[in-house]
Amino acid sequence: MDTLIDEQTQRGRANMQAPQSYLLHLADNALVLGQRNAQWCGHAPILEEELAQANISLDLIGQARLLYDLVARRAADGSNEDSYAYFRDAPQFRNYTLLELPHRAPLVGYAQGDLDYAITITRNFLYSALMAPLWQQLSQCPDADLAAIAAKSLKEAAYHLRHSRDWLIKLGDGTDFSHGRMQAALEHLWPYTCEFWSQSELEQQASALGVDGQALRENWQALLDEALVQATLQCPPPAQGYISQGKQGVHSEHLGYLLAELQSLARAHPGAQW
Amino acid sequence: MSTSRPSTEPAALKEWPLWEVFVRSKQGLEHKHCGSLHAADAAQALVMARDVYTRRQEGVSIWVVPSRAITASSPDDKGELFDPAADKIYRHPTFYDIPNEVGHM
Repeated sequence: MDTLIDEQTQRGRANMQAPQSYLLHLADNALVLGQRNAQWCGHAPILEEELAQANISLDLIGQARLLYDLVARRAADGSNEDSYAYFRDAPQFRNYTLLELPHRAPLVGYAQGDLDYAITITRNFLYSALMAPLWQQLSQCPDADLAAIAAKSLKEAAYHLRHSRDWLIKLGDGTDFSHGRMQAALEHLWPYTCEFWSQSELEQQASALGVDGQALRENWQALLDEALVQATLQCPPPAQGYISQGKQGVHSEHLGYLLAELQSLARAHPGAQW
Repeated sequence: MSTSRPSTEPAALKEWPLWEVFVRSKQGLEHKHCGSLHAADAAQALVMARDVYTRRQEGVSIWVVPSRAITASSPDDKGELFDPAADKIYRHPTFYDIPNEVGHM
């Protein structure tokens, strides 16, 4: 941390702070996917994957906590990390819609209780292939606190990428059955990745922090291409039509249910300690 | 790829070989056996061992070994293998006075 601060000072940009909405965007992404993946707790296909998903969730929730805490400290208005995680409603969340979707294939009805591991793995891959290069870039950003969080998160994202890439390849290049499910999951989730690249104030804020959006997209595509070839999966054509806008607070119906589960206890007993 | 392969998880699990996991702790010099797990290949066994056995900072290094590569002594041979050592207490270095300068042995 000290080294980072020294470097920033030398560059004379030590006082630059990331905008609150950008920090909340990063935090909400981590919290929502962390909560979503934690649904596997007690239901994963095998014990090892149960622990892996729980570990990944705890990494993500840890990232969210650091970012919420940073936002709260800077706001200096008596808020804390819990204020942001538990006492905001869906329209205030700035996460990508991709991350709130259930672990279900598109054509499975909502009464179907089965979770689809193909969705989980594919989403974790699409997201960590974005975040590993992004944290890498942010670890050099002029906001020293954010840079330190990015440096820590980078190691975690690199592991999440390794874990999901490994399974993507194993299941994609597995049996006809597993291949079909992975391809279906990819095609289901693919249109939601457009939101990574659509322009909003968040992308301008990232750019002001030194994030090279073009390089990020090329990195992401390269990680995808390499893994999809090995997994014998077809990259879907560019998606047409509606682009999801979760990062601007316009969410799918799924986020409300996810937040209800996440927030109900804290709201029923505000300020409770346990 | 094969269409005839059963897709149910228990069957898939049976096809996965068993691996023995050894972890070296921060202070420890040697890798110690800490358990076993099923995995499709060695690389996956390492990743899984990381998630299962090093969650509390237990280790700085992991080995995984195919369980079938281990040749084990038979419990039936316990008598002939180990009992003859039982009455040779002089093999324990408890009959010597260790000078203080030597320190811990």
